[in-house]
Amino acid sequence: MRAVAPVTVVPRKRRGVELALIIFAVGLTLGAYALVDINVTGELSPSFPYVVGISTLLAALAHISVRWRLPYADPVILPCVILLNGLGLVMIHRIDLINDPPLNGARQQLIWTAIGVLMFILIVTWLNDHRPLQRFTYTIGLAGIALLLLPLVPGIGTAKFGAQIWIHVGPYSFQPAEAAKVLLAIAFASYLVEKRDVLALAGYRILGLDLPRARDLGPILVMWLISLAILVWQRDLGTSLLFFGLFVMMLYVATERAGWAVLGTLLFAAGAYFGYLNFSHVRQRVGAWLDPFSDFDAYYQVINAQFGLAWGGLLGTGLGLGRPGLTPLARSDFIAAAIGEELGMTGLMAVILIYGLIVARGLRVALQCREPFGKLLATGLSFAFALQVFTIIGGVTRLLPLTGLTTPFMSQGGSSLVCNWIVAGLLLVISHQVRKPVATVAPINPDVEQTQLVKVGA
Amino acid sequence: MNKPIRRVAFVAMIMFALLLANGTYMMIFRQDSLAAQPQNRRVRDAEFAQNRGAILAAGKTEIAKTVPAKDRFKYQRVYPEGELYAVITGFYSYDRASSGLERTYNAQLAGTDDALFVRRLVDMATNKTPEGASVQTTIVPKIQEAAADSLGNQKGAVVALDPKTGAVLAMVTSPTFDPNDIASHDIEAAGKAYDRLASNSQHPMSNRAAREIYPPGSTFKLVTTAAALADGKTPNSMVESPDRLKLPGTRVFLSNSTNCGGTKITITQALKVSCNTAFANLGLDVGEQKLREQAQLFGFDRRHLADLGGVASQFPDKMNQAQLALSSIGQFDVAASPLQMAMVSAAIANDGVLMDPYVVSTVRSQDLKPIETHKPTELSTAMTPENAKDLQQMMGIVVSEGTGHNAQIPGVGVGGKTGTAQSDPKRKPFAWFTSFAPLDDPKVAVAVIVEDADIPRTDIAGGRVAAPIAKAVMEAAL
Repeated sequence: MRAVAPVTVVPRKRRGVELALIIFAVGLTLGAYALVDINVTGELSPSFPYVVGISTLLAALAHISVRWRLPYADPVILPCVILLNGLGLVMIHRIDLINDPPLNGARQQLIWTAIGVLMFILIVTWLNDHRPLQRFTYTIGLAGIALLLLPLVPGIGTAKFGAQIWIHVGPYSFQPAEAAKVLLAIAFASYLVEKRDVLALAGYRILGLDLPRARDLGPILVMWLISLAILVWQRDLGTSLLFFGLFVMMLYVATERAGWAVLGTLLFAAGAYFGYLNFSHVRQRVGAWLDPFSDFDAYYQVINAQFGLAWGGLLGTGLGLGRPGLTPLARSDFIAAAIGEELGMTGLMAVILIYGLIVARGLRVALQCREPFGKLLATGLSFAFALQVFTIIGGVTRLLPLTGLTTPFMSQGGSSLVCNWIVAGLLLVISHQVRKPVATVAPINPDVEQTQLVKVGA
Repeated sequence: MNKPIRRVAFVAMIMFALLLANGTYMMIFRQDSLAAQPQNRRVRDAEFAQNRGAILAAGKTEIAKTVPAKDRFKYQRVYPEGELYAVITGFYSYDRASSGLERTYNAQLAGTDDALFVRRLVDMATNKTPEGASVQTTIVPKIQEAAADSLGNQKGAVVALDPKTGAVLAMVTSPTFDPNDIASHDIEAAGKAYDRLASNSQHPMSNRAAREIYPPGSTFKLVTTAAALADGKTPNSMVESPDRLKLPGTRVFLSNSTNCGGTKITITQALKVSCNTAFANLGLDVGEQKLREQAQLFGFDRRHLADLGGVASQFPDKMNQAQLALSSIGQFDVAASPLQMAMVSAAIANDGVLMDPYVVSTVRSQDLKPIETHKPTELSTAMTPENAKDLQQMMGIVVSEGTGHNAQIPGVGVGGKTGTAQSDPKRKPFAWFTSFAPLDDPKVAVAVIVEDADIPRTDIAGGRVAAPIAKAVMEAAL
């Protein structure tokens, strides 16, 4: 009789695949960058060698840190992130060139990319495991809420483009909602892991739905009120939707009770309707969505984004050959429209699919994860990412009313870029913890074990 | 927790699917309407910077062409003859849209028409700037110039047709405008020029020849005559022509502005002197139904010359007898464009067959290959050949012996009819003349209107102002 060999599944590391994909992403980005230069000015810009050097260095550092500290991490997420970041850089560079003399938005964005990659490396090498974050539930949660409400503090907060979502300290401006998104996802995850049993088990059953007890409604009501506060005082529909959506979804996943999701959706609908009735900025956004041509001057931006997308058509005008400068804020909120114009609807759809890949990989990590905190955190980060992409690209393409969210990894802006690199880092950390082989004990073979005969009775 | 995570993943999938579906929807259903928006600067700039095709008059005269420019657009639209062909070409502006053939043939001129698709692909592959097709019109420069010169500064319009094909040989409207002013690359100056023209009380940008309708006055008696002939009467049928005719059901009397030559005269005589009471009686005799049918056979109540946005001329309905009597002499609510009255003469001249008027004969791609060609088409048979020949002779008598003597051309038989009409007692009357020549083998049919003519309100006076213009145009055409 042959002994059955012990089965230990050791996932493949796939770092080589990641490297190949990264080389592809960096190559594509640098090629696109050169194409912009050639199409707009006819020659490579003098800064091109630096761009090549810095981009390659950053990508290499990110890859090496993952290879060193997270050998079992997901191999697709990092290349996708590098490609999106690179394409965003290319588009910002392209829009820089519209001005004469050219602006240096791309240089700033490259500096922020470096900071983002640095944060990513810190998460990967120094944090390395997401579980310790669970210890600081309330500290992280309070920090998140404080950041979220910071723009309302007089003297620090400033309004830009009608939304009070910026803080200014000295010469630096910062959009704290992005950082709050990460902090609150962590806080929600660890809070819900602690409370999920009580939230899930106690309650009433009405019309086939398990509804929670009134006293357990506290957290959801608090989040609802904070979201409304953001909507009312920060005038920011997108951020409000993002946080409430994130919280309700995580509540649903933690408790496995659809009642929370239904209740949350109803509360959001009520909040949104209240906002529509009472705030002109919400009404204006909805008006621009339903019938932009009713008021050309007021809805100029949305209309011009549509014109850009139509002008690009299926295949686009080609990098550097469109006119994205006609759309205001083409480098930030409307970067998706600029991509749609120059790379065509095909290019924009490719970008949407890359976002979709990141979300799919993130949710896959959540499914594979064996402990609730990691599961919940990965789901939360991925879903928030998906919601953000859906809201902003949907707004630009007139699927939804426009909201002031950033396009992850692509819009110009440091806070958004750095925070999204942190999200990518966290997802990789969780995926490594999920996929790495568990330290195995030597298998027990009953045939080999020596047994001791004990005589019973004499 | 895997079940809710799978559901969340499903929701995320739906969101991405919606983004992709919306993008597809946009490309299929919204792209064209967005590109057609006048505020779309991307499309406008691209079109404006294009090597747009030329618009030609007969004999390859370029009446609109594109020349290289050295400013921010690569090409400049030029109208070499300025005002002369403005009503045909229309204008092509940066931010005040376009009009005339520049508007209706935009896709062909710009080279974006589907018929030019293969050519565009070749241009794209060979990295050539796409060029638009050229549009050949039927306008004959000699006739157009004669019409413009003889109309001069008078407010009005002239239309000349080839009765056998329906080709528009000349179309003049006055006052008019110089499209070069609006096509200028100095966008601001062009905008000001446009605004100045648009706010001008004389409406220099309106096409009086095809897009305005006026009471046709006595020229409409041709239609009444045709209806009477179709109803079985002959040129020698007698008709009551009292000095005054009490309009049925009213206390109003219709009087004659000329001496009809008796109280019972032939239809030929009635047409020759443009006798109001005789035609009122004829109209009452024929009846509303048959008179309307005859007017519609000549093209009333339908739009013509869509390339230039022609409007329909009107024959009123649900009339009482008094209104019918007035309509029979081209008053009450009868309204016709100069183009329509030229079509009446043209149909009579073409032995009763009405041809569909057209102004564009061919559209040619840059390699001169025709991509659209107009074939002359019949619109209707307005009269039998016998009746048409009778009416031709009657119109000949109007010119040789009657009110239309100012249109006589030595050595050439001319048929015509005068008219004087007024829309408002306070306004000066409109002088009309419509005619064709030569009498035995018609080659041209003309209609002339002069607005606010400084003349007494008599038919002879109408003929005095408008007939010499028609004569000059016919002479140029022969």
